[in-house]
Amino acid sequence: MKGITKSFYGIRANDEVNFEVRPGEIHTLLGENGAGKSTLMNILCGLYTPERGTIKINGEKCFFKSPKDAINAGIGMLHQHFMLVPVMTVWENVALGDKELPQVLPKNKVIEQIKELSDVYGLSVNPLAPVWQLSVGEQQRVAIVKLLYRRAKVLILDEPTAVLTPQEARHLFRVIKKMAEEGHGIVFISHKLDEVLEISDRITVLRKGRNVGTVAKEEASKEKLAEMMIGKRVAFAIDKPIQNPGKEVLNVKNIKVLGDRGRLKVNGISFSLRQREILGIAGVSGNGQEELAEALTGLRKPISGKVFVDGDDVTTGNPRDFMKRRVSYIPADRKGTGLIANMNLRENIALRKYWKSEYTRFGFFINWERIAGHTGKLVERFSVANPSLSYPVRLLSGGNMQKLMLARELSDNPRVIVAVQPTWGLDIGATHYVREVLVSQKEKGSGILLITDDLEEILALSDRIAVIHGGEIVGIVDNPDKVTEEELGLMMAGTKLEKYPVYDLKEDELE
Amino acid sequence: MPRLIIERRFKTPFILSIVFPLLSIVLALLTSSLLLLALNVSPLGALKGMINGALGSWYGISEVLVKAIPLVICGIAVALAFTMKVWNIGAEGQIYLGALASAAAVRYFPVENTFFMLSVMAVMAILAGAFWGGIAGYLKGRWNVNEIITTLMLNYVAIHLVDYFVYGPWRDPSSLGFPMTAPFPDFARLPTFGGTRVHAWIFLALIIVILYRVVIRWTRWGFEIRAIGENQRAALYAGIPYIRNVVLVMAVSGALSALAGMGEIAGLQGRLQHGFSPGYGYTAIIVAWLARLNPWGTVLVSIFMGIIMVGGETLQVIMRLPLASVQVIQGLILLFVLASEFFRNYKIRILSGDGR
Repeated sequence: MKGITKSFYGIRANDEVNFEVRPGEIHTLLGENGAGKSTLMNILCGLYTPERGTIKINGEKCFFKSPKDAINAGIGMLHQHFMLVPVMTVWENVALGDKELPQVLPKNKVIEQIKELSDVYGLSVNPLAPVWQLSVGEQQRVAIVKLLYRRAKVLILDEPTAVLTPQEARHLFRVIKKMAEEGHGIVFISHKLDEVLEISDRITVLRKGRNVGTVAKEEASKEKLAEMMIGKRVAFAIDKPIQNPGKEVLNVKNIKVLGDRGRLKVNGISFSLRQREILGIAGVSGNGQEELAEALTGLRKPISGKVFVDGDDVTTGNPRDFMKRRVSYIPADRKGTGLIANMNLRENIALRKYWKSEYTRFGFFINWERIAGHTGKLVERFSVANPSLSYPVRLLSGGNMQKLMLARELSDNPRVIVAVQPTWGLDIGATHYVREVLVSQKEKGSGILLITDDLEEILALSDRIAVIHGGEIVGIVDNPDKVTEEELGLMMAGTKLEKYPVYDLKEDELE
Repeated sequence: MPRLIIERRFKTPFILSIVFPLLSIVLALLTSSLLLLALNVSPLGALKGMINGALGSWYGISEVLVKAIPLVICGIAVALAFTMKVWNIGAEGQIYLGALASAAAVRYFPVENTFFMLSVMAVMAILAGAFWGGIAGYLKGRWNVNEIITTLMLNYVAIHLVDYFVYGPWRDPSSLGFPMTAPFPDFARLPTFGGTRVHAWIFLALIIVILYRVVIRWTRWGFEIRAIGENQRAALYAGIPYIRNVVLVMAVSGALSALAGMGEIAGLQGRLQHGFSPGYGYTAIIVAWLARLNPWGTVLVSIFMGIIMVGGETLQVIMRLPLASVQVIQGLILLFVLASEFFRNYKIRILSGDGR
């Protein structure tokens, strides 16, 4: 790809970007959110047409009018969502959309081919299994089989490890390396520097829609890549102050919570959270974390069990009951839940405070002046870069949005903070900032429940770790410095380890 | 091969939000000229006739205001619901039901004092409209029943309910069979001004416009409904109760439209009769939309609509144009204005060549 340029809303998402991948090579595309990685790859697979620039495959100039052209040219993309039909079996999913097959599907032939591919690349895929029975990692491998079956020569893997346990990720890496050995060109997209260094042959870094440079693996280091990504030096380590927990602020007793479709998503979880403590809830996303967080903030009512904040039973409370007891909530979905994109900074600060007496006049009007003053102070304290307080927050960067939300949620010295994926999609600088703020808030006395699938984050911040799988706590780690990623990974996959028992809750329940 | 690319505008320049509507009116008039030429009518003459009829005399202007009054009130009513992204298209039915309730007040609780009589009528209208809107609001809030369907269906119920009374028990025996009630006594009539048909609700309309502005901008409730409209999940996260607000918004919206209905019969017709509203409740939806839910925009667009309506009536009388052709011209103007919205929000760029 040469000189690729593409703009949205008059902003250049790709500006004269060059990128190449050779057969047998694993070439990582690295960059922060909004650096233009997705735009570039969507152009490569025919979803967008570039304004300028050319794509050449084996030296031949191509012009993709639609994704179909790209597929025919041998380009396959592994999306973060695999786009499989859950009720169908693996072989049916693979055959789906293959126009060359006759009307009556040659089942045995397809199965034969899948087995062959599976053997060659070590995918261990059973062609007869229905897709809904497979784990996320297996589904991902089915999606890969599908690409290989379509004779993709170039495979684009878009943050493929985001949904995997460490063990599954390792399996995936073996597959990727095998594919490269067989002569495929692999484009690997990620922002996890450790895994990038582990797997890549070459690394191309994008920043603000432009090439920063391409380095071979041997020349790269974590620090150097980070510097290329964000344009300045960054510190990685967070000082984790010595644990000195105070009295209990949140107590959860055997709660069960239903998900959106009425399925039981949290199946009897109990724990207690103290002041000056960060309790990490580790787990692969989709194992009941969102539902748990919502049950602890009044957005979802548990069907059984109890929730206590500072000793008050708030099990059936509404969100405002939780706010009144100073329970803060940092939802994962900042644009969809935590902020209102079309509203300005002041209004977003007001969102969870406007009803409090200090911000109203006669209980009826909102005192916007006072909110503006409050917002001004918060924006300064949390260094939210913004052109004006009347600026709609959708135009802020992800990092500044997150800082704004943190500013709102941390400003009233909360008792409990429920933080879900607080650094998801943030650049390195913002991630570091958010973590520091959380740790300093912990020192000020808040109890923090940190729910994330980012193991690095869990290990860096938590004083204790509870691992969640299938809506249950599988194990509790009291000393995160001693646990290995492998052990956490096993528990995230649902294996109970004797070393990390779940506390016996009987004492609590006897009260 | 040149290609067209459609892009969303990052920000619409202010000048364009004036230029596009004006340009679209000009285009609509040009298109209408073809129709008029086919009818052997001079387009320029027709345009002059329209403008003269609506704005050429004090009478014309007063008639424009008469049409604008219910449009402003209902326009604000639906704008309030639209702010919360609740699509109340039941203003028409709420107009009818409000008129029915205030006519019932005149019939069953006559008080021989203009102030008290009008107050009773207004309270009845408000209750009826709030109830009518509240039904749809509750169904939406509690069971997520689509409010577009319910409000639309309730329109027919309300209109036929009025028909039942004016064709049946309430029909004026001396009306020679016309479906209407007996004329209201003078104490049940809204005062009118300067020998025109402009009645007291012109002030109500202005008060509602100002109140709407204040509520949306400065009050807790206004903030709540804006938040729900912008992002329902975030509103829940903020602890804003949804069901209560959707019922409340629909009730207020219904009550406002019902007051407009009372204005039509107590201010203009002086009696309840079949088909007294020429679709104000539906036009109000266009008004609110074109005004972008802005209160003063609602006033301007309502006056514009009034001009089109009065101008159209004049064309019928003076140029002897058939009603249908006048409606076509009105429709074209609306169509072009609505279509120009696209260009306000999007821009089209032409790329030449093969994607280089």
